[in-house]
Amino acid sequence: MRSDRNWTRAAIAGAREAADGVREILLKPEGGAGSFPSGAHLAIRVIVEGKTDLRYYSLVGEGPVDGCWRIAVKRAEPGRGGSHYMWSLPVGARLEVAEPDTHFELSRQAPDHLLIAGGIGVTPLVGMAARLARSGRKVRMLYAGRSRRAMAYVDELTEVLGDRLEVFAGDEGRRIDLAAEFDRLDPAGEAYVCGPISLLEGARSLWQASGRRPERFVYETFGSSGRFASERFTVHAPRLGVSVAVEAGQSMLDALEAAGVGVVADCRRGECGLCVVDIVSFTGTVDHRDVFFSKAQHAENRKICVCVSRVSGGEITIDASYRSDEPLRSGPEIRRAVPV
Amino acid sequence: MTAPRPFPLNAWYAAAWDSELRHELLPRTIAGAKMVLYRTDNGDAVALQDACWHRLVPLSMGKLIGDDIQCAYHGIRYNAQGRCVFMPSQETINPSAAVRSFPVVERHRFVWVWPGDPALADRALVPDLHWNKDPAWAGDGKTIHAACDYRLIVDNLMDLTHETFIHSSSIGNDAVAEAPFDVTHGDRTTTVTRWMVDIEPPPFWRKQLGKPGNVDRWQIIQFQAPCTVAIDVGVAPTGTGAPKGDRSQGVSMVVINTITPATEKTCHYFWANVRDYRIDEQRVTTEIRDAITRVFGEDERIVEAQQRAIDENPDHVFYNLNIDAGAMWARRQIDAMVEAEAQMKRGVRLAG
Repeated sequence: MRSDRNWTRAAIAGAREAADGVREILLKPEGGAGSFPSGAHLAIRVIVEGKTDLRYYSLVGEGPVDGCWRIAVKRAEPGRGGSHYMWSLPVGARLEVAEPDTHFELSRQAPDHLLIAGGIGVTPLVGMAARLARSGRKVRMLYAGRSRRAMAYVDELTEVLGDRLEVFAGDEGRRIDLAAEFDRLDPAGEAYVCGPISLLEGARSLWQASGRRPERFVYETFGSSGRFASERFTVHAPRLGVSVAVEAGQSMLDALEAAGVGVVADCRRGECGLCVVDIVSFTGTVDHRDVFFSKAQHAENRKICVCVSRVSGGEITIDASYRSDEPLRSGPEIRRAVPV
Repeated sequence: MTAPRPFPLNAWYAAAWDSELRHELLPRTIAGAKMVLYRTDNGDAVALQDACWHRLVPLSMGKLIGDDIQCAYHGIRYNAQGRCVFMPSQETINPSAAVRSFPVVERHRFVWVWPGDPALADRALVPDLHWNKDPAWAGDGKTIHAACDYRLIVDNLMDLTHETFIHSSSIGNDAVAEAPFDVTHGDRTTTVTRWMVDIEPPPFWRKQLGKPGNVDRWQIIQFQAPCTVAIDVGVAPTGTGAPKGDRSQGVSMVVINTITPATEKTCHYFWANVRDYRIDEQRVTTEIRDAITRVFGEDERIVEAQQRAIDENPDHVFYNLNIDAGAMWARRQIDAMVEAEAQMKRGVRLAG
C-alpha cells in the first residue's frame, strides 16, 4: 500500500564501483536498516540544480548487510541529474531516505521463475535470485548488458545461482532468445523483468504472443530508458500559444509545467497514464518510454505520456486538455471544441 | 512515545474455522490488518489485503469472478495472489497494481494467516492443536468476537482459579481454588499444572465420568506464544493412578483456545472442546459444546467489563497475585516476541 512514507536520515557508509559506470552505495540509516520485501526500492531526496527532487533506487540483495542498505546507481549521461548527484556524494555524506517499499514482489505460489535483467535493471533481481535459491525454488536468470565490464553483480549472482545464471554480454555477441526461454518455462511459471524499455516491451509482447497470462509477467519500470538517447527537442502547444525547449536532462512534463501548461501527473514513471496528451504532429521519432500504452497504441502515435516519453531527431506539437470555461451545452446545442 | 502494539506480526493467527471459509468474501481484521478471505474454486484458502490498490475501497464489498476478486467501485480485478488482472478503460495493466497477499495455512480445522514478513512464515510454527483434527478425539467449538485485548483472555485461561467463582454451577468448586499448582516455562511456552487429588467432582465432571465416588482431577494448561492455550483436563476415580500417568479409568478433554488479536482492544476467540471418550456420540459433542458456550459466555462478560474498566483507568498498573504466575510468564513471552520484532525492524539481529 502506498503511504506517506516515514523519512529517515542515512549516511553513506561505503561506496565502490561495482562495474564500469555503476556506483554501489551502502546507506546506513539512523536507527538501523530494517529488513525489506523482495523487489523493494528506496525513495531518496536528491538535489538537482539546487532543487530537491525524488529518485527511486532498488535495494540490492535479500536484506541489509552490516546495518546498511545497498543500492547501485548507474551514471546516466545525459540523465535528469539524480545519478550525477548520487555519484558526487562522498562517503560520510548524509541523505534523506524513505522506508523501503515494493510493488515488484515475488509471489509465493509459482512453480518456476525466469528472472530477466537488462543492465542496471539487475538491482532488484539480485535479492530475488538469492531468495529463490535459498528457499530451493526453481529459478533461471538471464542477464543482458552492453559489455561484461559494465555489468554489476555477475560474480555475486554466479555464486548464488551457478549455472542457472546466463550472462548475455553485448561485446561477446550473445543475445537472449526470449521466445525459446518462454517455451521452456513451466506453463504456470512467472517472469520477473527489469531493464531498458526495449527489452521490457520486446519481452512483454513475446509473452503475450505465447498465450501466457499477463499477470505472470511481472516487471518494474523507472521510465528512464528509451530506444534513443535523450536529446533536446522542442514541444509546441499552439492552443496555448506555448513553444518550449525540453532539455536533454529534463522531462517534457517538467518543461510544460515550467511554461505554465497544466498537466496532471502521478507516477512520473510512465505507468499510470494521467499525464497523457494528444499528439497533433511530429517530426523525427517519438520515443515512447511508458508502459501505460500497448505496443499497438504506441505505433499509432496519437497520444503520449509526457512524464517519460520524448522525441528524437525532431519536434512535436501537442494538444493539452485546456479548453477555457465555456458553459456546458446540452441537447441540440451540443458541439465539439474547435480543433486547432 | 506510544506503547508498542501488544501483539507480534510474525506469527500464525487463526483467522477462521475451515468450515467458515467458502467461495465468498469474508472480511476479517487480524492483528491490525484488514483482510478479505475466501476459497478459490479448487478450495485453496486466500487472504488478501481488504483495500483496493486504487482508492482503498474494501475489496470485501466487491465480488468474486471465478477466483478473482473485483472491486465494487471501478471494477479493478485481482487474482488470488493479489496481482491486478484487469483495469478499466486501458489496454494495459499498471505494473505496480497489487494488493498484499498474506501467507495462509489450513491446519487443525482452522485457517491460519501470517500478517508479518512473508519470508518468515514457516509452516512449522503453526501452533500445535492437533487434537482438533484427530480421529481419537471428538468435539466441536465456536468463535467469540470479544471486545477486549486478547491478552485478557490469555490471562483468564492461564489461571483457572476463577472457575470456582465464575463457573460454580458447572466446572468450578472450592477444590480448584484450594489446590496448589506448578508453573514452568520454556522460551515460547508456559505450563501451569494443577492436580486436585481425592476430591468430590463438580457436577459437569460427575456426569462426564459417569461413576460415583471421589476423583483425581487435573488441569494442565499450556500456553504457546503469542495467543494459543491448550488445556488438558480430566478426572479419574481417585486411587486409579491418574497422577502417575495412568488415565485409563478416567476421561480426558482438551480445551483448545486460540485468541487472535483483531485490534488492540478486540479479538477473535476460537475455542473447541474435544474428548477421548464416547467419541462417536454427536449428542455428547453438542451437549458439551452448548455447556461450554454458556461457561465461556460467563468469562466474556467478565473480561469485557475488565476492558472497559482498563479504558477508564488508562494509567492503572495491575496488582498481581501468586495465581497470576502463568499469565505473567505468558505476557513476558508475548513481550519478547514484540521486542524481537522491533529490534529486527531496527536492523539489530539477535544472537542465535
